[in-house]
Amino acid sequence: MFALLRDRKVRGILFQLLTIIGLVAFLWYIGTNTVHNIEQRGIRTGFGFLTGTSGFAINDSPIAYNETYTYWRVFFVGLLNTIIISVIVIFLSSILGLIIGVLRLSNNWLIAKLSSAYIDIFRNIPILLQILFWYNVVLATLPSPRKSIELFGSIFINNRGFYVPKPDMNSTTIGVMVSVAFVFVFVFFLNRWANKRHEETGEDFPVLYTGLGLLVVVPIAAYFIFGANFNFSYPHLRGFNFTGGKTFYPEFLALTFALTIYTATFIAEAVRSGIEAVSKGQKEAAASIGLSSYQALKLVVLPQAIRIAIPPTINQYLNIVKNSSLATAIGYPELVTVFAGTTLNQVGQAIEIISMTMLVYLVVSLVVSALLNWINFKMKIKER
Amino acid sequence: MKSKIAKISIATIAALSLSASVASADTLSDTLSQGYLKCGINSGLPGFASADSKGHWSGIDVEVCRAVAAAVLGDQTKVKYTSLNAKERFTALQSGEIDLLSRNTTWTETRDSSLGLNFAGVNFYDGQGFLVHKSLGVKNAKELDGAAVCVQSGTTTELNLADYFRKNGMKYKLVAYDSNDQVLKGFETGRCDVITSDSSQLYSLRIKLKNPAGSMVLPNIISKEPLGPVVRQGDDKWFNIVKWSYNAMVAAEEAGITSKNVDSMLKSNNPTVKRILGVEGKLGENLGLKKDFAYQIIKQVGNYGEVFERTVGMGSPLKIKRGLNALWTKGGLQYSPPFR
Ligand SMILES: N[C@@H](CCC(=O)N[C@@H](CS)C(=O)NCC(=O)O)C(=O)O
Repeated sequence: MFALLRDRKVRGILFQLLTIIGLVAFLWYIGTNTVHNIEQRGIRTGFGFLTGTSGFAINDSPIAYNETYTYWRVFFVGLLNTIIISVIVIFLSSILGLIIGVLRLSNNWLIAKLSSAYIDIFRNIPILLQILFWYNVVLATLPSPRKSIELFGSIFINNRGFYVPKPDMNSTTIGVMVSVAFVFVFVFFLNRWANKRHEETGEDFPVLYTGLGLLVVVPIAAYFIFGANFNFSYPHLRGFNFTGGKTFYPEFLALTFALTIYTATFIAEAVRSGIEAVSKGQKEAAASIGLSSYQALKLVVLPQAIRIAIPPTINQYLNIVKNSSLATAIGYPELVTVFAGTTLNQVGQAIEIISMTMLVYLVVSLVVSALLNWINFKMKIKER
Repeated sequence: MKSKIAKISIATIAALSLSASVASADTLSDTLSQGYLKCGINSGLPGFASADSKGHWSGIDVEVCRAVAAAVLGDQTKVKYTSLNAKERFTALQSGEIDLLSRNTTWTETRDSSLGLNFAGVNFYDGQGFLVHKSLGVKNAKELDGAAVCVQSGTTTELNLADYFRKNGMKYKLVAYDSNDQVLKGFETGRCDVITSDSSQLYSLRIKLKNPAGSMVLPNIISKEPLGPVVRQGDDKWFNIVKWSYNAMVAAEEAGITSKNVDSMLKSNNPTVKRILGVEGKLGENLGLKKDFAYQIIKQVGNYGEVFERTVGMGSPLKIKRGLNALWTKGGLQYSPPFR
């Protein structure tokens, strides 16, 4: 028996076993102790509260919601708003970041300086301050609803939001939307085919012009095929506020502007360091085979730079999701505001609600990083 | 997830899962050994809780903290104040960050039954009202159909608002913020047409506006808001102490004992007065306190009427009438169970 203990391997296994038993016992203790303590304090436990009626309104919901819906629904409204704001900001900040990152290295002194000033300024001001600035200073100074700024007689801008006409979801609208999606899918495959043919035969195919042409022709055709019946709901002033159409609320706008402008600075820096990491020789080689500097950027430098820029950009995308919870300061109804905030305060079940919220952030983070790792893998330079 | 609420929530979880057992919780001993009371109050609501330039807190809710400190520690200044917004307050109490919550909090069934709270009394009977810009030309809440309404989230106010508009078949645009400051900003910049909150608070919000004269409080009261001090469940001794510290202030007013005459009242022949002041009987000891606990409260803080007048009543900028908060003998609801 003791001889066995002198064996290193056996001892190793034994210690690991003891550690696991200890850990399980500890978790078990925490679990039972928590439940016991909560019950002692008369705090309700379990997830039963989710089917209860919320009793409060939410100002901006992508799905049907009012105060007679359940807390479950509140959870989903918050979740959807978190996802919506994140996706939009990821999209906008990527474009802006790419542009600024490239301009930052421009040969034009003024453009390069302006881009670097932009980065320095917006990267160093705390994001919460920027959100509050957009909300309380910029958007709040817009005129009141009665004195709205009016564009084309159907778009209205005031301190309660941007109001635009919204098409009714009838067969024409849906038909046109589907046709646009169809064109994109078609162009994607067309591009693949054209690339392959280019490699094999050297012949070019005007994918861009074909795509743009289709994007005009196909939806128009779809419009007539599906009944030629566009019906817009227009915003109009009724009583205190505008009704009808689609509203972009100041809370949403302030958060979108602030997060986009802030995150774009980090993405721009990632793009810049990616470009700088591509060796000078590459640019010189590109120039020596007669590529213009735009062609060199597009065909030689950016494809390599973007590969280098992807990992830091992944981090920024995750930061966007997390930073969106700063919306609580201005009351945009994302997950932390309506669920970990309002709902928690109304039902008081901190453990359940905070766990659910943290789980969402965990899953979203894992999904985003898995997705981008996959892209990263796909875009790796294939050695031939 | 960087907010204070997340921090407090996590502290709650940690406190609930790691503390050996709350059944043995003894807030009184803890308070005595640390030498101060941990009290949660509003971050800035004139009349209820607000700090002056030197950082001294005052207000009717603050006086409850001071009364309990006087009763337990014999010194009304031995309080550590934590200012909390509506969303933070219950988690702060559950996690033990504070031992007494005195922050214009409405007593409701859910808060008793599901949040594990005990309300130790009602130090202010309130009701919900509306504050509008005069320029709106609205004279009654029934004319508010379609209005944008600013409200603090995580309150009973938010729930009553939804009920009221639903009951009257009207629509509204909700603008819900975490903090009072943002509610005021929203109203001043025109993000919303109306603020709704407990009506006493509307007056104190109004004096914080840049142009108070440009706004007015509507006559409608749409709810019952009994506001009072709150403790955690599971420590009945502490619950009793807070309850009777508050009752002592009301009983003192009923018996005509004030901070000025309390010393001469020690010689009173009235048995009720004798019992309140601990000259006769063992009421203080029964609570686990000194026998002069109520004397200390009255001497250092005052009776309910004195406190009311100096914080929200005629001696204050708010000038709120006693109304429902008068003693039961004067047509109000303030009433102390007997000291015996
Ligand atoms: N009595 C209500 C509302 C309490 C409440 O938080 N009222 C707000 C609206 S005036 C407030 O006091 N805010 C002050 C602050 O957070 O600074 C409740 O218990 O839910």
